[in-house]
Amino acid sequence: MSQIDKTQVRESDSSRYDIIIVGAGLVGCAMARQFTLEGAHVLVIEKAADIIDGASKGNSAILHTGFDAPPDSVEQSCITQSYQEFIQIRKKLQLPLLKTGALVLAWSDDEADRLDGILEKAHQNGVDDAKFIGAKAILKKEPQLSDQLKAGIHVPREYVIDPWTTPFVYMLQAIENGARLKRGCEVQSGKFDGQWWKLETSQGTVQGRTVISCAGLFGDLLDQQLIGTSAFHIRPRKGQFLVYDTSAYRLLHSIILPVPNEITKGVVICRTAFGKVIVGPTAEEQESRDDASVDTAELESLREKGESIIPALKFEPVNATYAGIRPATEFKDYCIKHYTDKNYISVGGIRSTGLSAALGIAKRVYADYSASGFNHTPADKIKWPAVGQIAETQIRDWQLQGNEGIVCHCERVTRREIKAALTGKMPAASLNGLKRRTRVTMGRCQGFYCSAQLSVMTEGYFDQSISFQYGGYKDD
Amino acid sequence: MISRCEPPPRRCDVAIIGGGPAGLAAATELKNLGIASVVVLEREPQAGGIPRHCGHPPFGMREFKRIYTGPHYARRLVERTLNAAVTLCLDTSVVSIEAGGVLQLTTPMGLHELRATRVIICTGIRETPRAARLVSGQRPLGITTTGALQSMVYLQHKIPFEKPVIVGSELVSFSALLTCKHAKIRPVAMLEQYSRITARWGSQLLPGMLGVPVHLNTRVVEILGQQRVSGVKVCDTKTGKARVLECDGLVFSGQFIAESSLMRSSHLQTDPQTGNPVIDQYGRCSDPEFFATGNMTHPVETAGACWSDGVQTAHHVYASLSGLLGRQDQRLKINVASPHIKYIVPQMLSLPGNHTAQAGMKNISLRFKNPSHGRLSMRSHSGELVTKFIHTLPERRVKLSIPELLTLDPSASLEIQFREK
Ligand SMILES: Cc1cc2nc3c(=O)[nH]c(=O)nc-3n(C[C@H](O)[C@H](O)[C@H](O)COP(=O)(O)OP(=O)(O)OC[C@H]3O[C@@H](n4cnc5c(N)ncnc54)[C@H](O)[C@@H]3O)c2cc1C
Ligand SMILES: Cc1cc2nc3c(=O)[nH]c(=O)nc-3n(C[C@H](O)[C@H](O)[C@H](O)COP(=O)(O)OP(=O)(O)OC[C@H]3O[C@@H](n4cnc5c(N)ncnc54)[C@H](O)[C@@H]3O)c2cc1C
Repeated sequence: MSQIDKTQVRESDSSRYDIIIVGAGLVGCAMARQFTLEGAHVLVIEKAADIIDGASKGNSAILHTGFDAPPDSVEQSCITQSYQEFIQIRKKLQLPLLKTGALVLAWSDDEADRLDGILEKAHQNGVDDAKFIGAKAILKKEPQLSDQLKAGIHVPREYVIDPWTTPFVYMLQAIENGARLKRGCEVQSGKFDGQWWKLETSQGTVQGRTVISCAGLFGDLLDQQLIGTSAFHIRPRKGQFLVYDTSAYRLLHSIILPVPNEITKGVVICRTAFGKVIVGPTAEEQESRDDASVDTAELESLREKGESIIPALKFEPVNATYAGIRPATEFKDYCIKHYTDKNYISVGGIRSTGLSAALGIAKRVYADYSASGFNHTPADKIKWPAVGQIAETQIRDWQLQGNEGIVCHCERVTRREIKAALTGKMPAASLNGLKRRTRVTMGRCQGFYCSAQLSVMTEGYFDQSISFQYGGYKDD
Repeated sequence: MISRCEPPPRRCDVAIIGGGPAGLAAATELKNLGIASVVVLEREPQAGGIPRHCGHPPFGMREFKRIYTGPHYARRLVERTLNAAVTLCLDTSVVSIEAGGVLQLTTPMGLHELRATRVIICTGIRETPRAARLVSGQRPLGITTTGALQSMVYLQHKIPFEKPVIVGSELVSFSALLTCKHAKIRPVAMLEQYSRITARWGSQLLPGMLGVPVHLNTRVVEILGQQRVSGVKVCDTKTGKARVLECDGLVFSGQFIAESSLMRSSHLQTDPQTGNPVIDQYGRCSDPEFFATGNMTHPVETAGACWSDGVQTAHHVYASLSGLLGRQDQRLKINVASPHIKYIVPQMLSLPGNHTAQAGMKNISLRFKNPSHGRLSMRSHSGELVTKFIHTLPERRVKLSIPELLTLDPSASLEIQFREK
């Protein structure tokens, strides 16, 4: 086999890249950022109309410490590393952080018996500040909790973050520092000639030296397509959620976690960065990799579950429902594999902690990549992008002069914000993309007041438009 | 229609949150009664409320003795308000309510604080969307409410689908039908989960006239489609049989709820079940400097009824400024002792104290959760005060007269009971 050429591709070369990342989910976005900041010339290919549209579109938005991850797993080390980096860079990227802390609650004697093991594991994973907490102290901290609880563990550094702006700003930083993103572009096949990868996509051929698969729910299929084998099989596992309106926000501070079992972390109740409360997820094995449908019976059982933990939720209206699909596999740990002879890195099975671990995964993959002999020179000056602020902990546009008036009243999204999200370096390409950039239509009325205005403002911007023209109407 | 935004003042006598029929009526009446500074705060770029996008008649009989379409009616209301020298602030959202009549606002210019001696809240109602109904399925494009459909058709001349299914058979569901007809949209069917159409009037005939089949005893099970709606799975509530109706959209119509989130996150009391404001027979809230009126207090009545509410409430606010309302310190809460009743309004009665106190609402207005037939009564510890037989459907108005208040003991405990037949 010929010696692989490892010299750097120049940034001005738009037909050849050092790195082609397939998939712009949480992992792909963090990967693009890492490799770009290290100086590589990066292309990201995403088949959906917009980024974060696969597994990454629906999660609980918790920044995990990794207290309950399997000790010494790849997952645990990625979470730990990611956590530190997130805290370091989040202010520069203007990313919000809700310092909520978490309570792992035991509701039966049996569960209370298992707290010991959880605490031990937490300490083993370096989460030294995790502590036992008695029922009385818990109720003092969280008076709205049902008094049926037995005991718990307090994990003070489990936090809530913004699940959309976080990957969005990772990708934006990559783009502002030279990466390219192709959306609505599907990788269909590819060949490695010993030096270069040639990928056939729905938008033509692209060439790159190394391919990194961050294809989430389609990771095993992409591996098969490109290298003829995969080290894992995706077993999609759906999780449904309820979103309660703003008035529920005062009912709790901490993230309320159950004692986990073998299959799932269980149903969580927590605040969101957008001033709401979520209850979920369920854990449902399914065949489909893209059917994120909700189901009345499951949603009702979540409601019941939520009310059994915080009885006052009974009187709170539900705003929205959603579901996400975890890219689970037959293994417990992540499946990250470097095929050095093929310049191919498969990053798969980032099951249920990808938001917390993405930065760490990217660091780990880069370290592995450069250990195989590739080297880049980081730019002298790194650009730090400015993004719109959609979290309730930040100053929002509606509070500022010149906002051009509110369009979405429930979530207080301004006309200026919507215009900004439809233009710029990575404009919204679908209604879902616009929602994740601005929160528009995501409140209690779900578009009752604003969807008409929105349908006009977005005319011509999306492949799938909200509405169509018709004959015309004259009043009186 | 005027669309200039007057900057809000710092202080005023009466601030009115919401420029729909109720708010505009109250504002105009207060000016006519001689109140110096009356300010309407409206978050949309135009005042007029819901009628702005109801492109069909009949509106205005009670107020103007003429029949208008909604948009025309809204313009007339705004004209009247401006002629009465009310300060109309558009693009102005109230974002929080605080004790002492303090309102935090936001406008295109940013944040602003307004202090008012009295505040009237009339932020209206909206329909229950798909999400809050916990309906199964993915999230394809083409799912709306009547309000959203009307705004698209009548305000923006756009349509979100061509052959939708309409869910519900309330009066507003028939507005959805008319809106569809107007835009040459052809509804596939109208669904009603009970065995009778909910709307009261002759609208039973309407779907037949427009060639739209009505499926009674039919419930939505699941929305089909990923990018856009491709169909809806429905189920016969009697036989349990499921089937698929092909369609490219859904209108979730009716199941009105108060747009009361402002109140929910304030110090003012709302009904925990429905979110309706808790008021006395004057529309006065738990904090007596605040009043609530219009549809948010009784989802749902017509624009004309809300306009009348606004006028009435203006008189009560006027009286309250002169100290002539019944006693705010002697209020009897009316308890509801039936799981069939969805809500009552008013939820409390202020005792008059003396004969000079202003008279308030004459009736208690109720809604039931399901089709109901039986005896409704109001009792105090000393016995039955009023009673009547009723036969009703959900979302239909039921009235029970308020007993003579001068005879009530301040320590009386009032309860509404319903015994099924
Ligand atoms: C219910 C639920 C709750 C969760 N809660 C949390 C939490 O609280 N905290 C936390 O840290 N994590 C959480 N997670 C986990 C986190 O969301 C996932 O780990 C993460 O989203 C996985 O991201 P990914 O980039 O690997 O996959 P994806 O987001 O699926 O990204 C893969 C992308 O690749 C694209 N793609 C696939 N094939 C191709 C192709 N051939 N060509 C081009 N593009 C292609 C897809 O369109 C997709 O956009 C949760 C997940 C779920 C489902
Ligand atoms: C889809 C739909 C169709 C209807 N069709 C009919 C019909 O055909 N005929 C009929 O008679 N009735 C109809 N109605 C009933 C309607 O509610 C009444 O006609 C009437 O509009 C109620 O008047 P209102 O003043 O109480 O509320 P609205 O008309 O709803 O006005 C409330 C106003 O408050 C404003 N507002 C809300 N929150 C704030 C805030 N925080 N800050 C500032 N402003 C705020 C809103 O923008 C709105 O303009 C319909 C209702 C709906 C929802």
